[in-house]
Amino acid sequence: MTGTFVGMPAFPEAARAALGNAQLRANLAAATSTIRAKRAAAVGELAGWEDLRLAGAAVKDSTLAKLDEHLLTLEAALTARGAVVHWASDAAQACELVASIAQEHGVDEVVKVKSMATAEIGLNEALASHGIAAWETDLAELIVQLGHDLPSHILVPAIHRNRSEVRDIFTSAMAAAGRAAPADLTDEPARLAEAARLHLREKFLRAKVAVSGANFAVADTGTLVVVESEGNGRMCLTLPEVLISVVGIEKVVPTWGDLDIYLQTLPRSSTGERMNPYTSTWSGVTPGDGPQEVHVILLDNGRTRALADRVGRQALRCIRCSACLNVCPVYERTGGHAYGSVYPGPIGAILNPLLKGVGVDQQTDSLPYASTLCGACFEVCPVRIDIPDVLVHLRAQVVDAHRGTAIPSAEAIAMKGAARVLSSSRLLAAAERVGGPVGRILGVGSSPTTGRPTMRRIPGPGAAWFTARDLPAPPRESFRNWWRRSGGRS
Amino acid sequence: MSSREEILARVRAALTANPEPAPRIPRNYREPVTSERAELVARFVDRVSDYRAIVVECAQEEVAVRLAEAVPEGASVIVPQGLTYPVPGAVIDHGQSASELDRVDAVVTLAALGIAETGTIVLTHGPGQGRRSLTLVPDTHVCIVGADQVVAGVVDAIAALDPNSPTTWISGPSATSDIELQRVEGVHGPRTLHVIVVS
Repeated sequence: MTGTFVGMPAFPEAARAALGNAQLRANLAAATSTIRAKRAAAVGELAGWEDLRLAGAAVKDSTLAKLDEHLLTLEAALTARGAVVHWASDAAQACELVASIAQEHGVDEVVKVKSMATAEIGLNEALASHGIAAWETDLAELIVQLGHDLPSHILVPAIHRNRSEVRDIFTSAMAAAGRAAPADLTDEPARLAEAARLHLREKFLRAKVAVSGANFAVADTGTLVVVESEGNGRMCLTLPEVLISVVGIEKVVPTWGDLDIYLQTLPRSSTGERMNPYTSTWSGVTPGDGPQEVHVILLDNGRTRALADRVGRQALRCIRCSACLNVCPVYERTGGHAYGSVYPGPIGAILNPLLKGVGVDQQTDSLPYASTLCGACFEVCPVRIDIPDVLVHLRAQVVDAHRGTAIPSAEAIAMKGAARVLSSSRLLAAAERVGGPVGRILGVGSSPTTGRPTMRRIPGPGAAWFTARDLPAPPRESFRNWWRRSGGRS
Repeated sequence: MSSREEILARVRAALTANPEPAPRIPRNYREPVTSERAELVARFVDRVSDYRAIVVECAQEEVAVRLAEAVPEGASVIVPQGLTYPVPGAVIDHGQSASELDRVDAVVTLAALGIAETGTIVLTHGPGQGRRSLTLVPDTHVCIVGADQVVAGVVDAIAALDPNSPTTWISGPSATSDIELQRVEGVHGPRTLHVIVVS
């Protein structure tokens, strides 16, 4: 099962706590506005952007429609090129496979390329329980690991930290993990990157086993692709003797040629660059170059559950660019931790319930509601995942999963009442007659933006709804009354 | 049932219960863009330098001078087998360990192609390009690209490359945006990238 951060409350409580953190909000607002502007410029430069989105979605959909066949092709191509293919139904199996391969080689440490799949399965914690240290080598992952922190963004897991916080973490924690930070370290980003370079270089040079994910897995050639910036990925993919790649089964694309879509859309959507600094592709073992023992673990861990959901399966198109996080008004204010998962933001709000199932835990069930349904996420998604549509679909599933529970929610009671009133013309007329005068008695003010009459609060169980919203006040006369009185002649 | 059989069975069950026909894939994005070679090379040079790589254009006979400028005075240099340009004082790769490469200052290689649209050089690690670690561990990478090797975009590059050999796509020096999303050049890969475009 996909892990939820231990002890994480449901989204509304976690969000309320996060909103009280002024530093967090300032860090996030600065970072997301920077990246939004960069993405818009990089995307605007390509004339055929919409064609790329359409093709990107279609390739993923057609792959998913015959996923079993493509996985078998991938397995055969990898095996033919000297890789060992393993299959893992869930997180525990995948972690056990990695641990047993590492143990066969007698190592007590592995170096890691940033990978969402290995974060999702909790690999570092699992390896630690086997006495194996997993060193994160991506700068942001290193900041999170050394700070004993949790990731809060798909691309930049330490987006909630500013430069002086990073300096403090490096100064206090690097020495215990290896080479200490320079004594005169400042909070200049270039100096911080230099400190990471020195700290990690000794780990790269001595590591025997590396663990990676893959951005794409090409079925017909057995080619894995890792897209990165810093060169830590190339270090891990090239220098160690053994490479273990944990690859979600939805990462498969049929042919090498299909990469000409995603290698355009992924960098522009994620870091807002024409191209990321480094992309590595490799097919199994290359004699005399790089790891001579290559393992690929194909991971399900809930993906087949998502595939079974006809509306939700489009979430499996996701290429983890994180553009949807950067444009989301909810994510920008709450940050990633409130979502309680390595997949935060709009994509996390659909992916977590799809992978784990609804009606299982309250935290996951709260995620489809962590959205205003504004649709900005769909607009920027390079594979056209209609996130608002899936959110609404999942909200219906959450409601269905809680039907028949002993104590109905206030919302369920209100909806039941509304259903009765709205399905009877007699009851609706009565409600309208009462609603107008009552609405005007109860706290009517005027909207600060439109100047129209609004209700600001009501007593009783409905009061909670009004803590963050206004409701337009009912008109003096209902439509039916007006029609009866005037016959439609105003 | 093995995990393999279990996963395949779940995939098939999911698809059988809710079948969806595979859509047609619209490939309009592959419409070729015609550009003059001079224009392509100019765009390539412009976009490589956008990443703060150091780019020079020169004629075939000037390459030796440009190489001497790019490699720091007194630096130790390594070159792959099959490099067609002489680099004075350079050691030829004979399978040095990563730790040995870590003591080398610079590497000089060729490339398989350059991409104008994105300012990318692609190595396929054949003769003259060297194994992957050769262009990774030393802190300076000098890459010689022929003007005739520059293609327009990613579509052309993918079509020209053979996935059976490993490929490395390099767009500027190593960089990170992990601190406040501000780009900083120079993390684990070569911190200095020279690209010499030979006409």
